[in-house]
Amino acid sequence: MPNITRAATVSGVVAVLLVAAGCGGGSSFDDKAGSDSKQKEGKASLEMLIASSGDAETKFVTDTANAWAEETGNTVKVVVAQDLTQQLSQGFAGGNPPDVFYVDASRVADLAKAGSLEPYADQVADNDDFYESLRQTFTYDGQQICVPKDFSTLALEIRADSWKAAGLTDADVPTTWDDLAAVAKKLTTGKQTGLVIGDTRDRIGAFMVQNGGWVFNEDSTEVTADTPENAEALAYVKAQLAAGTFKYPGEVDAGWGGEAFGTGKAAMTIEGNWIRGAMKNDYPDVEYSVHELPEGSAGKGTLLFTQCYGIAAASEFKEQSVSLVEALTSEEAQLAAADAFGVIPSRQSAKDGYVAKFPDDAPFVAGADYGQGPVNAAGMDSVLADFDAGLQQLKQQAPDKILGTLQSNAESALQQ
Amino acid sequence: MSATNSGTAPLAVPTATPSGAVPSTTPPRGRQSGRDRGQGVAGWLFVSPAITILVLFLLLPILMALWVSLTAWDGQGSPFSKDVGFVGGKNYQRLFLEDGLVRRDFMTSLRNTAFFVGFVVPTQTALALFLALVLNQKLRGRGFFRTAFYFPSVTSSVAISLVFLFLFTGSGAINATLGIFGIDGPVWFTDARGLIHAVGDGIGIWNTDAPPGALADNSIGGLTLWEWISGPSVAMCAIIFLVVWTTAGTFMLLFLAALQDLPREIEEAALIDGTSRWQRFRFVTLPQIKPTVFLVITLGLIGTWQVFDQIYIMSQGAPAKTTLTPAFLSYLYSFRQNEWGLGAAMAFILFAIIVILTSLQRFVMRDKDAIRDERAARAASRRRAQVATTDQRPGGGNR
Repeated sequence: MPNITRAATVSGVVAVLLVAAGCGGGSSFDDKAGSDSKQKEGKASLEMLIASSGDAETKFVTDTANAWAEETGNTVKVVVAQDLTQQLSQGFAGGNPPDVFYVDASRVADLAKAGSLEPYADQVADNDDFYESLRQTFTYDGQQICVPKDFSTLALEIRADSWKAAGLTDADVPTTWDDLAAVAKKLTTGKQTGLVIGDTRDRIGAFMVQNGGWVFNEDSTEVTADTPENAEALAYVKAQLAAGTFKYPGEVDAGWGGEAFGTGKAAMTIEGNWIRGAMKNDYPDVEYSVHELPEGSAGKGTLLFTQCYGIAAASEFKEQSVSLVEALTSEEAQLAAADAFGVIPSRQSAKDGYVAKFPDDAPFVAGADYGQGPVNAAGMDSVLADFDAGLQQLKQQAPDKILGTLQSNAESALQQ
Repeated sequence: MSATNSGTAPLAVPTATPSGAVPSTTPPRGRQSGRDRGQGVAGWLFVSPAITILVLFLLLPILMALWVSLTAWDGQGSPFSKDVGFVGGKNYQRLFLEDGLVRRDFMTSLRNTAFFVGFVVPTQTALALFLALVLNQKLRGRGFFRTAFYFPSVTSSVAISLVFLFLFTGSGAINATLGIFGIDGPVWFTDARGLIHAVGDGIGIWNTDAPPGALADNSIGGLTLWEWISGPSVAMCAIIFLVVWTTAGTFMLLFLAALQDLPREIEEAALIDGTSRWQRFRFVTLPQIKPTVFLVITLGLIGTWQVFDQIYIMSQGAPAKTTLTPAFLSYLYSFRQNEWGLGAAMAFILFAIIVILTSLQRFVMRDKDAIRDERAARAASRRRAQVATTDQRPGGGNR
């Protein structure tokens, strides 16, 4: 009789353990998803995970992918992610990532370090046709991992009405830091600030680049944050902030530079080509012009933002995935994408076609030749977030101190 | 298997014998215990689905997370594969002992949350109790007010957070209202000034631009004392308002239920004794609802230390990391930076903090009368037992 209780509890416990073991026992759970998996024979059924800017982009990707599938006899399922970073993380952790997906330039190093990305760039036809600066952005450990989807750069936007009201002409468009400071001062009147600039490295960093500085050296092997070039750049911005001719969006109660610009709280702002869509939707009546950023002591400089098409190292259909990426990044496809949702092609061969169609965007496109991509070293997310927190306090803190903290944090992160 | 077996078998016994049974009245063992065992099996069978679910979805994930917190898992593949580096206490060490960004971030988040909890828990408990007391009166339209106060609790926190974002913008309703009284409100969500810093500056204890050396030069855990005492930032204050406003309704309901359960006679007796309103509240009502107060404070502590969704939606740690919380930081390190071990370690420290604070609070709020009674009873039974043994009578009966 006493055995009944025991038997019941034992069987209950065994059942629980079996179920748990069932969860943990799958082959995928034991394998490391980062490790390479073999090419599988036969027709491929690919899964593609994207973060879409809207219906136009979703339609473009789906149509292009379907056309490719029909031509090659494979199948593709395009999934639009709600939160790409998180869904990708879950895919990698579960050992079942999508075959093709968008990867932001700032995430490539982390994923490449973990071995989740297939370095396929050399298999893509005309890889050299992509802008050199973009390819550099997707290079980790001396190897180009993936090919760029499209890109954005920062440029200077100027409101036509404020410009005119201050008595400025086309000849006054700033080409140096001193020019910029001078016109910003002229344009600061009443409730209008000369220049509203985002309080992150993704905007202020452009000044560091113009002055010949950056957080890392060219191949991201060495931290170069606490250099005099960087300090000078931050000191310049700090001086303008103190004078009130530059302001952060928060100070003028705006969410970002584009909002301050559209509402007239700012006469100028520094944003990327995404500002086009925002202006068209929210402030269709505002007339403005776009110019290349003024030069610093080291010449022209801007920041690049880009994404690439990542292919999972765990994918069983890598050949087909590369073929799909080729279809998505062909010259025609890129021009079609530019038409559909206003992104700049990442292929140099598409440059002329794009500029012919969108002459106003020439300053953005020009940035590709001298732009600096995001930091592409692994484990830098928290370090750069800390740098941003420092930049938010730039008015109160010394540039040396902010850069010194960045230097030591980045160095220790690089050693991890 | 034997270990599990011997571990669970004794558990079955208390279920089989009703705990209230008085030993001296227990009938002869044989038949009864057989039936008891039958009931035990049935009991275990009935609870087994619940236990299965608990083990599968609660206990196992917790143990898995504990394992992850001891590894350098980068989020690729299984955390139990051979390639995952076991690092022992390294992650915990980085959080507490190694000077660097990780420790500074974590300490900042602990500071922020400590101030957050310190402001939210007392305020929401007091407000909830006050609302419950008011709505326990015979008021006209009290049904309406009960619904109204409870409403924020049933609304999605995302929706409320978005509404508060609009209310607290620089040109929003809050600043417009302050403007009526001639107060120039801050730009709430970009203002990183600490409340205690600002107040101290205002009344002249210190100057925030040149903090006193004793505070600025000494540091604990990578943050200077000056940084530790900053108080919640202006941005955090907006989130404090929000949380107090949303949770006070829930806890009001708990207090209301407790108040309505109180026997009328005791209050009447107090009335006859000629007590004042305050005395009746302080010495009659409050002691009676003490268990509810304990519950509310405990739930408040747990909920506030884990604050995540409001931070995720409203500020993401900005401005200048003054709204960073351990839960959000754990998310950042895990999902954004693939340092899952570090994220899991933060989660376990958060867990430890909550357990410690709750036990501490349990200790402080323990029922002193009950402890005295129990002690007296135990002493009495000991005395009785002594008498019994000297009398050579078998079976004292009391434990």
